[in-house]
Amino acid sequence: MFNLTKIAVRNLRRYKRRSLLTVSLIAFGVVFVLVFVAVSSSFKDIMIRQITNSYLGDLQIHRRGYVASIETLPLNLNLSPQQAANAAKALKENPEVSAFSERIKFGAMFSNFTETTNIRINGVVPDHEFTTCPAMSTRISDGDKNASALAKGKILVPALLARGMGSKVGDTVVIVATNKDGSVNGKTFVISGILESATGPGGRDGYIHIDDAMEILRIAQREISEFAISLKNPERADRVAESLKAQLGDIVQDPKKVPFQVHTWAELSPFSNIAKMVDLMTIFVKVMLVAIVLISILNVMIMAVYERVREIGTIAAIGTLPGKILSLFLVEGLFLGVAGALVGLIAALAIIFGLNVWKFSFNFGQTTGLILAPSLDLNQITIACAMVIGVSILASLQPSMKASRMEPIEALRHV
Amino acid sequence: MSLIIAQDLVKTYQAEAIEVRALQGVSFDIAPGAFLAFVGPSGSGKTTLLNLIGCLDKPTSGALAVAGADVLKLDRRQAAEFRGANIGFIFQSFNLLAVLTAFENVEYPLVMVQEVRPAERRDRVLKALQAVGMLEQKNQMPEQLSGGQKQRVAIARALVTQPKLVLADEPTANLDHDTAYMILRLMKKMRDNFGITFIFSTHDTRIIGEAEIIYSLEDGRLLQREEKGKANVQSNENRGAKLTAL
Repeated sequence: MFNLTKIAVRNLRRYKRRSLLTVSLIAFGVVFVLVFVAVSSSFKDIMIRQITNSYLGDLQIHRRGYVASIETLPLNLNLSPQQAANAAKALKENPEVSAFSERIKFGAMFSNFTETTNIRINGVVPDHEFTTCPAMSTRISDGDKNASALAKGKILVPALLARGMGSKVGDTVVIVATNKDGSVNGKTFVISGILESATGPGGRDGYIHIDDAMEILRIAQREISEFAISLKNPERADRVAESLKAQLGDIVQDPKKVPFQVHTWAELSPFSNIAKMVDLMTIFVKVMLVAIVLISILNVMIMAVYERVREIGTIAAIGTLPGKILSLFLVEGLFLGVAGALVGLIAALAIIFGLNVWKFSFNFGQTTGLILAPSLDLNQITIACAMVIGVSILASLQPSMKASRMEPIEALRHV
Repeated sequence: MSLIIAQDLVKTYQAEAIEVRALQGVSFDIAPGAFLAFVGPSGSGKTTLLNLIGCLDKPTSGALAVAGADVLKLDRRQAAEFRGANIGFIFQSFNLLAVLTAFENVEYPLVMVQEVRPAERRDRVLKALQAVGMLEQKNQMPEQLSGGQKQRVAIARALVTQPKLVLADEPTANLDHDTAYMILRLMKKMRDNFGITFIFSTHDTRIIGEAEIIYSLEDGRLLQREEKGKANVQSNENRGAKLTAL
């Protein structure tokens, strides 16, 4: 093997400029893929964390059928107090759940005494909400930035609505809602803070204390529209969702009559489609890398075989077996791939390090100053390098086989 | 016992629509330790004959035994193994591997063909280089060597595997007269020292006299067998019996 290596390395050095160009091309491809993967993963992670930590949570539990009708926020599809208690029990028992927040959601009218508009109200337990959605405080642009913003009688108003209505912190407003039996009720609140949208315009969700929500809706016992759940490891959302479904099924004894539905953030947020697009683009970029490696190595190895026909004839004539001739050329192609992958990896790590030092920031929707923190895990590096090396061998295979199958007498005649 | 027995070798090529008869029923036998030349003008069939003996090609018809083996029955892989074990090659253009030093060129067949252990390998390579007078240049690359030096290295490479037979196709064609003469003398010395059979082809009348046995070829036919001081046309009649006996 050492001798194969020695000959391969010397042959690559023999055509320095060509080898260097090929290695550079492969390295460029590797840099492009790794930096793209690192940056896009960082962007995706930031956005997902922004969404899940701001309002959605990693998982949510609703009564069966609620999500399908979520636009109307139907009060008749709230979890009953008993069901809510069962769900809370299951969440407390699940070791993967770090926090959860129970919410009563309803549509209401928002009035500042001169104008009225519609609003979606979330009645929450302040401590639970701020623990489950820790980024909530970062969304409050004006006013109290902690659980005290949701003390009884206070309301967090969405920014778009506040601007449109000319409302500000300290103003008194009225929330009017129709409760389950059709009667209308209202309550005055003091604006404690202005809530910026997490991902873009269109946010019309205001927050009040859950007891205030029950008072407006005239609910004696705590009914719950949804549980937002924060997980210790958000990467395991799908598995925890399955385990929660099993837990909730056990509670009601009859799996066919489970009144709950567990959804992951990806099933609830349109951003999951953007995340899928990013993943698709990553695959596309990887396909481009494969094409770059395949074409550049195939080209170099075809040239190498063509230029060394007499040499192949000589070594075949003196008794080198076809398998060894094949190996000689395969090792050359492999080394080009390994060198390209290594140079590319080092350059990519340097660029990613530079991006982290530079702290590249971007805006997304209403959210400004998001700082990219690109990083690569060992898995991504291994996949990219294995891909390059695998394709290098594949690209070298055809020219190498051609070399090994050459008739020595024909090859020796080659001018 | 003969090292090579050829009977009625015919080789035809198809060059576009024309059939070229490179060999037309050539028969001979060669004893071990011979220092023999195939001579004749271009197109007489010298190289074709060497290619057949060297198991690089197969005849259209006829029979050929080399070192006791019916080489026509060997497949591609077996032929390569046979060449690696029994035959050394010296080429007109030296054909040294450009990326290897003189030492490594000589070492190549021991590593890649015969897979000899490193300690023994080094010893054999140094002895072969010493035998051809190239020990001092052992670390030089082929491009740093003169034509004569390259051919010496090529001879060392052919000898290092301890073959039964060395085939040299026009080994002096790219050398000046003095160097050509010196190379042939060296080949003969190697034959004397190691008892290896040397067969070479040439059309250079100035060096033909170095051969002990000369086969003259013309238009693919063996015209004459000449052996130092006496000339005769070899009879082909008793070759068949020898081949059958193999």
